[in-house]
Amino acid sequence: MPNIPWELSYLVYLLAAVLFIFCLKMLCHPRTAVRGNLTGAVGMLLAILATLPLALKEGTGKPIGSTLGILLAGLIIGGGIGATLALRVRMTAMPQMVALLNGFGGGASVLVAGAELLQRNLKALATPWDVALATVLSGVIGAVTFFGSLVAFAKLEEYRWFRKPIRYPAQQPINALLGLIVVGLGVASFMNPTNGWLYLGLVAVCSILGLTLVNPIGGADMPVVIAVLNSYSGLAAAATGFVIDNAVLIISGALVGASGVILSQLMCQAMNRSLINVIFGVFTAEEDQAKADEIYAGRVKSTTAEEVAMLLDSARRVVFVPGYGMAVAQAQHAVSQLAALLESRGVEVEFAIHPVAGRMPGHMNVLLAEAEVPYEKLKEMDEINPTFSQTDVAVVIGANDVVNPLARTDPNSPIAGMPILDVDKARTVVVIKRSLSPGFAGIPNPLFAADNTLMYFADGKKAILDIVQAMKEGA
Amino acid sequence: MGSVSWDMLLWAAVESQPVQEAARTPLVVNLAIFVLACFVGYEVITKIPPLLHTPLMSGSNAISGITLVGSLVAAGSGFTAIFSADAAISLLGFLAVVFATINVVGGFLVTDRMLGMFKRKE
Repeated sequence: MPNIPWELSYLVYLLAAVLFIFCLKMLCHPRTAVRGNLTGAVGMLLAILATLPLALKEGTGKPIGSTLGILLAGLIIGGGIGATLALRVRMTAMPQMVALLNGFGGGASVLVAGAELLQRNLKALATPWDVALATVLSGVIGAVTFFGSLVAFAKLEEYRWFRKPIRYPAQQPINALLGLIVVGLGVASFMNPTNGWLYLGLVAVCSILGLTLVNPIGGADMPVVIAVLNSYSGLAAAATGFVIDNAVLIISGALVGASGVILSQLMCQAMNRSLINVIFGVFTAEEDQAKADEIYAGRVKSTTAEEVAMLLDSARRVVFVPGYGMAVAQAQHAVSQLAALLESRGVEVEFAIHPVAGRMPGHMNVLLAEAEVPYEKLKEMDEINPTFSQTDVAVVIGANDVVNPLARTDPNSPIAGMPILDVDKARTVVVIKRSLSPGFAGIPNPLFAADNTLMYFADGKKAILDIVQAMKEGA
Repeated sequence: MGSVSWDMLLWAAVESQPVQEAARTPLVVNLAIFVLACFVGYEVITKIPPLLHTPLMSGSNAISGITLVGSLVAAGSGFTAIFSADAAISLLGFLAVVFATINVVGGFLVTDRMLGMFKRKE
């Protein structure tokens, strides 16, 4: 290996960091987003190339198979797995994919900090206090991110055991106890930075904490959880940067941490809840059956595909309101088809997207884009709300809490003050839903019993296809 | 150095005089870089439309795979005997490279796929 001065590598790192900043900047605008992502990838490639001479210098004199061999094997295996995952994942499975990738980033931080600790022991290097502290932080944040992400992945993938939070007594005290143990082990590990067993113990306890922290958090709060884990994966990388004394990790980690914080804030605002409330204030979702009966009794009108088809046929403006139910029913293509049919008959069609509809930030946008709905048709809450009063038919498909008028009217409701889509102001509301069961917040929805609401009880995809069929026959 | 055993390594039994490193960036310098980069990150992301929430998340997530840089150094450190402390470090480094590469490659590719769908159909 030619002896490349380390300063050259660090200059390339600096260039990579600048490219990452451009990447984030360009990812914020639809026109530049694709190029932005490429810019980031180029930055990463440069950083990898600049690292190779440094990595191989470390292994000078060792068998090449144990240096370059290991390194390439890791890159090829990891690259293969990453590419397979990315190219095969269904768009409906995007939330779990993002959760999983977050986790791997966190896991890598734990491993790098651990390897550095062993390396220091081997070389008998003195460990300054700041390196010790950064090692502890890498282990803590990385392990919580890794195992928290795995739980989030399992929940989103709806593995049997994870469909409902696993319940056990004294959840919060147990978390508090685990937290105390983490602090204790963290301090011990900080004071004895060369003791690998302490680091191992710390990582083990943080892994359990990652599991127990994310376990009770339910479906509708997932967008916040994923954004927070995203932020953590950045912070873990930054902490590792302090451990191995590398500025490119510190800069990139800080950038990612900040973008995660921004997304978390946006998601929390959209639910009118604080971050602390989302993470620790688990919704006590107990359905008040008596209250539900009182609201729904005798007022719910059910409808059929033919009736909805007639309504839509005579409408001038139709707004679709998708929610997580649309993703579950895989109904996005059917909805897109219906929208296209309506437009071909001169109906104005738009989509109302609530910021926390779905299971990750921007979930509905991704799904509808996959179904080839042009993104100009997707309207944000503030933009579309004033137009509901001029809307003939609002079709709510698989959304519940985000269209619940109780958020405006009942100050005691768990969702009080949450900004909602004002679909009830449309002339007619068609709600496609399998039953009257409550949404994530566990409260009844007076919208379903409103005078201008028609309930269409069916699977989302089948319902929409039946409506399309009925419209074609009626024409 | 390959003679140091696993156990000794984890217990830090190597208690001969610790060696001072040649050059390490002072903490305050790294801290300054960190704080400034936080502000840059916060300011550079302005008015992100909901359409791009997911791609921003998966793209920035791929950037957090920069840990790969540290992973490569650990993985490339090399060893002479299979059951040695060196090999343990290589193993950790190897796993770290795999994890970080999944993060990087998966993150950028999936973001590109998603953004490809947002393109306007002509």
